[in-house]
Amino acid sequence: MNDLARYERRRRIMYGWMLLSPALILLSLFAFIPSAMTFWSSLFSRGTRRNPSEFVGAGNYELLFADPTFSKVVVNNLIYAGVTIPVSIIIALAMALWANSKIPARGFVRTAYFTPTILPMIAAANIWLFFYTPGLGVLDQIGALFGFASVNWLGRPETALWAVIIVTIWKEAGFFMIFYLAALQTIPPDLKEAADIEGTSRWTYTRRVVLPLLMPTTIFVAVNALINSVKLIDHLFILTKGGPSDASKLVLYYIWELAFAFFDRPQAAALTVMVLAVLGVTAAIKFIILDRRTHYQ
Amino acid sequence: MTDPFVHVESVEKRWNGQLGVEDIYLSIPRGSFVALLGPSGCGKSTTLRLLAGLETPDSGRIIIGGRDVTASPAAERGLSMVFQSYALFPHLDVAENVLFGLKVRRVPRAEQREKLAQALEMTGLTGLETRKPGQISGGQRQRVALARAIVAGHPLCLMDEPLSNLDAKLRHSVRRDIKKLQRDLGMTVIYVTHDQTEAMSMADMVVLMKDGRIEQAGKPVELYETPASTFVAGFVGSPPMAFMDAALLPAGLTSAGLDAVYGVRPEHLDLTQAGDGMLQAVITHCEYMGSETFLSFDVPGSSGLTVRLPGEVRRSVGEAAGLTFDLSNLHAFDRNTGYRLPR
Ligand SMILES: Nc1ncnc2c1ncn2[C@@H]1O[C@H](COP(=O)(O)OP(=O)(O)OP(=O)(O)O)[C@@H](O)[C@H]1O
Ligand SMILES: [Mg+2]
Repeated sequence: MNDLARYERRRRIMYGWMLLSPALILLSLFAFIPSAMTFWSSLFSRGTRRNPSEFVGAGNYELLFADPTFSKVVVNNLIYAGVTIPVSIIIALAMALWANSKIPARGFVRTAYFTPTILPMIAAANIWLFFYTPGLGVLDQIGALFGFASVNWLGRPETALWAVIIVTIWKEAGFFMIFYLAALQTIPPDLKEAADIEGTSRWTYTRRVVLPLLMPTTIFVAVNALINSVKLIDHLFILTKGGPSDASKLVLYYIWELAFAFFDRPQAAALTVMVLAVLGVTAAIKFIILDRRTHYQ
Repeated sequence: MTDPFVHVESVEKRWNGQLGVEDIYLSIPRGSFVALLGPSGCGKSTTLRLLAGLETPDSGRIIIGGRDVTASPAAERGLSMVFQSYALFPHLDVAENVLFGLKVRRVPRAEQREKLAQALEMTGLTGLETRKPGQISGGQRQRVALARAIVAGHPLCLMDEPLSNLDAKLRHSVRRDIKKLQRDLGMTVIYVTHDQTEAMSMADMVVLMKDGRIEQAGKPVELYETPASTFVAGFVGSPPMAFMDAALLPAGLTSAGLDAVYGVRPEHLDLTQAGDGMLQAVITHCEYMGSETFLSFDVPGSSGLTVRLPGEVRRSVGEAAGLTFDLSNLHAFDRNTGYRLPR
């Protein structure tokens, strides 16, 4: 009996590993190993012809903290995340609630909201470039009608980051709306009827029933938005290139600059490691805290 | 009784011209238990939803408690509803589900607690307060839906096939619970079902529907003993009434002539020796039910002839037998319209 049980146990363990292996291999190859290598290379100094690369420990990190551009991009990115995440979620939720109610041309409304999502970020950025261009752009043309002076939205340090933020929200909200719409459709309509009979107002129903039932979706969307706030920088290349004077530069763009414009790979690696750490911790906190207050079906 | 508590007059509902219900007249006294009965798709739920205010009628009037509520929203009609699917809020626990309406209406805390305890006690749910609907059994969910309906204290409660998801045994016990609750609280209950035994055993008044219209409304005994049509006769009773052509009966014994179809209940049919009796038949089925046995017969020109015999009866299929009955127990219906003929 013991032998059989042990054999069975071993067989199960084997099965477990076999089922795990495709994901494990792929993740190791493309995520874990590169992360580890990045961390490793962040511990070495930049090698030049005269000074070969040597182990410097936390040296690269210290250099980064001393770098004024670093604190600038971190603050930029915090503002960027702090605005794009909540605003795009709220807009997505509002649009989904609206597009899910009984309105005329519902299909059209949904498609219209979804359109920004299917555009590549580069194309979206080009569209907005046309909106923002001083003098010629749509914004300025409309402004001119009301007698406002022309504004260089992308060229002024005060407005550049906000112009980029608006593009991101425009792009993301429609995408998140699709998740909310799908989730809304899984809420049985008789819950609304049961609430109606109890005399529940629309707002109370939304607050007490719809929002709690959308919580799993909200967590998913929030984590996605967080990742996007670090990852989604394609439009910077088209719109501002991080300028003027770093006003709209985000962390990942700076990493790209460090690595491929200034060829300072170790610095780029150090910054990457920090981003990974912050993202990992934030996602973990989000899941742990929100999970406790969430009802999963 | 003076005015009826619920009064429905000539109500009609269509969807894009497609019939939901029409010609609905109901007059329901306070405190009664009414069953809406009928086959699937006959408009029972639609009628209930019209009463609840979840649909608005195309024409007609609905009066509840002396107030014309035809155009009022559901919340203003002073009623509660138990949904076929329970419609419990999956993220709220049992207590919060039951209290949902009271919280919405900002009933004081102390009163909430008192009513909750009372409702849970009545429905036998005490101890399950903190469970989510996903963590209790189907029968318990059913009770939660009931508790939510009674905690509001509305005088009218609508129930849409509340037992259809339960197994036979549970159905039996919840059926009694509902009936007892209704009596204890003096509620008026309108209860949708497609199960005729349920309707007959629980209701003071049965409303039998067919194709969006009311076929017959009355006390269970009226539907059983004087069915208004062959449809009612065939729907109510288990096994249902059997029908025979007039030509099978001794000539001159019936008044209505050859245009009639005659119906007879199983308990009014008697078995005799082959060769005797009024009809010569062949046994086609023998169903043993424990306390009784049903023998089915085949006679050309008839349908559904069944005899109910006590205990176990050993007869083999294909055997010949005679059937006899008292002519005063026959029901006559019009052959073409199916409506009952006066005797
Ligand atoms: N929202 C709707 N749109 C169009 N037709 C509908 C709608 N609701 C019901 N109907 C139609 O109205 C008729 C009556 O439906 P109803 O739901 O009242 O039947 P029911 O008697 O409750 O049947 P069941 O016992 O299967 O629940 C059906 O023919 C149905 O197709
Ligand atoms: Mg129904």
